[in-house]
Amino acid sequence: MAESFMAQWVYTDTVKDHFINPRNLWKEGEDFKADGVGEVGSLACGDQMRVGIKVKDGRISDLRWLTYGCASAIASTSMMSEMAIGMTLEEAYHLTPSMITDALGGLPEHKFHCSVLGDKALRAAIDDYLEKNNLPNPYKGTTAKIICECKGVTDQMIEELVKNGKVSTFDELQKETGCCTACGKCRDRILEELNECLHIYGK
Amino acid sequence: MDRKTVYLDNNGTTRMADEVAAFMHANDDLYGNASSMHTLGRQAAAGIEWARGEVAELIDADKGDIYFTSGASESNNTVLNIFRDRADDGDKRSRIIISSVEHPATIETVKYLKKKGYSIDLCPVDEIGRLRLDELERLMGDDVSLVSVMTGNNESGTIQPVKEAAEIAHRYGAYFHTDATQAIGKIPVSVKDIGADYLSLSAHKFYGPKGIGVLYAKHGVPLSPFVHGGHQEKGVRAGTYSNQAILGLGKAAELARLGLAEEHDRLWAMREALRKGIEERIPDVVVNGSNDEALCLPGTLNISFPSAEGESILLYLDLEGIEVSTGSACATGSLEPSYVLLAAGLDVELAHGSIRFSFGRYNTMDDVDYVLEKLPPIIERVRAMSTRKV
Repeated sequence: MAESFMAQWVYTDTVKDHFINPRNLWKEGEDFKADGVGEVGSLACGDQMRVGIKVKDGRISDLRWLTYGCASAIASTSMMSEMAIGMTLEEAYHLTPSMITDALGGLPEHKFHCSVLGDKALRAAIDDYLEKNNLPNPYKGTTAKIICECKGVTDQMIEELVKNGKVSTFDELQKETGCCTACGKCRDRILEELNECLHIYGK
Repeated sequence: MDRKTVYLDNNGTTRMADEVAAFMHANDDLYGNASSMHTLGRQAAAGIEWARGEVAELIDADKGDIYFTSGASESNNTVLNIFRDRADDGDKRSRIIISSVEHPATIETVKYLKKKGYSIDLCPVDEIGRLRLDELERLMGDDVSLVSVMTGNNESGTIQPVKEAAEIAHRYGAYFHTDATQAIGKIPVSVKDIGADYLSLSAHKFYGPKGIGVLYAKHGVPLSPFVHGGHQEKGVRAGTYSNQAILGLGKAAELARLGLAEEHDRLWAMREALRKGIEERIPDVVVNGSNDEALCLPGTLNISFPSAEGESILLYLDLEGIEVSTGSACATGSLEPSYVLLAAGLDVELAHGSIRFSFGRYNTMDDVDYVLEKLPPIIERVRAMSTRKV
């Protein structure tokens, strides 16, 4: 018998740990009264996430989550929950997918999109909390990244348009925002963002 | 390895049979180039011709119609390439029809051809994933060159009406190809009974070695090389013979032929025990494909667990040593779940939550019991984690 080959686990040991022992899971029947709840994704897309937060003195004092999703989605949300608890709302609002995947020791490239739902659901929960309490939302719009530099189109603009069902194709997006009508360099990144949003918010 | 392994992914690939491995090893000295004139070369050639005979007998074919390839992917590509060439040469018959549930080796190849401008049609399937013969009839015409329908599906296990499809193809003057990769060794496959002009198979799906397969091409049908560069296989497929692999394929073909009836019943018994056990122990499950013995490959059970995502189930099972596959998008690296299940009209969510258990020669009823012990708590756990209704 030749020397044996040891298989690595599919993802990092940290991902495996969070997959096997997910933290802050929203257990059935648990008496968790959330101050804000956010839900993104859909079962049809293969991943859906719900995040509930408790807020005390401007900080996230506790958090629970549920996910219909793969191992990467479960581990990302679990990691996100550990990172977000104790953060101010502003810090939590600016938690990014790469901060989560870095903490997980990385995810394969094709799995990166599984980690974007956690922070989106968290932002939705913060939005919900602020809205319910009639508080101003100073964060909305502060996390935008410009994708089309010529026309100043941001990822958040695209996300809002898709979320509200105003746009579902590249042509519609172009008509609505004028993106990619000047130099055209951003086309691939626009398409990538559009497809990601269509995936998350349903087609 | 002290880790318990219950391998239930035999539609993915199989462990080589002990008899096959031993036979290959016993022929280690058969290293001559079978194209050489000297004694070692002639010995190798004799071994290869023996294997050719075994494969021919397994699929009820004439020995001279068997061509060795690297596997069914190459065989499928070869057939499609033959008809691509004919279209390029101005043949009026230039349209190819395949079923919508063919293996990627066929479906991705025709997608590529379609992108290049070739005329391709996909024939739909019914709710168990079986080819709609009425739709095939509707799609046919005198411009069709080739119809390709797999013998049995790798994901759902659904057995296709290949004999009827071949009859329709021939009635319109088209050739008929079947990819029998999943069916070989599980159900009887006879090229004469089907009326197939071409057939593909791979050794590794029925306990032979990987990297070796066969293209059957009936005497007189169009045939041109896909791999150029040598006179092997009557100039149709170049490349030095892989002696040991071909011998292994021959041995696997012999085992498959001799053990077919018994193997079928054993696989079906395990499949049904697992299906019934799951239905008894886990609420709200959906079996994909057919539970009719005549319509399903005996070792395949494809089942969906609503509110539970497939990759998570697969990886939790893997932690218990149970190895399966899933139709979930997350396991494919794309955003779309199994096209095979969607083609049969399955709801997208159910496709994401589908698990395929595929039994083989080395599984036992103990494996079924082990899965029935480990699976229910995993499904319960994944469902409890899921975004349930509140």
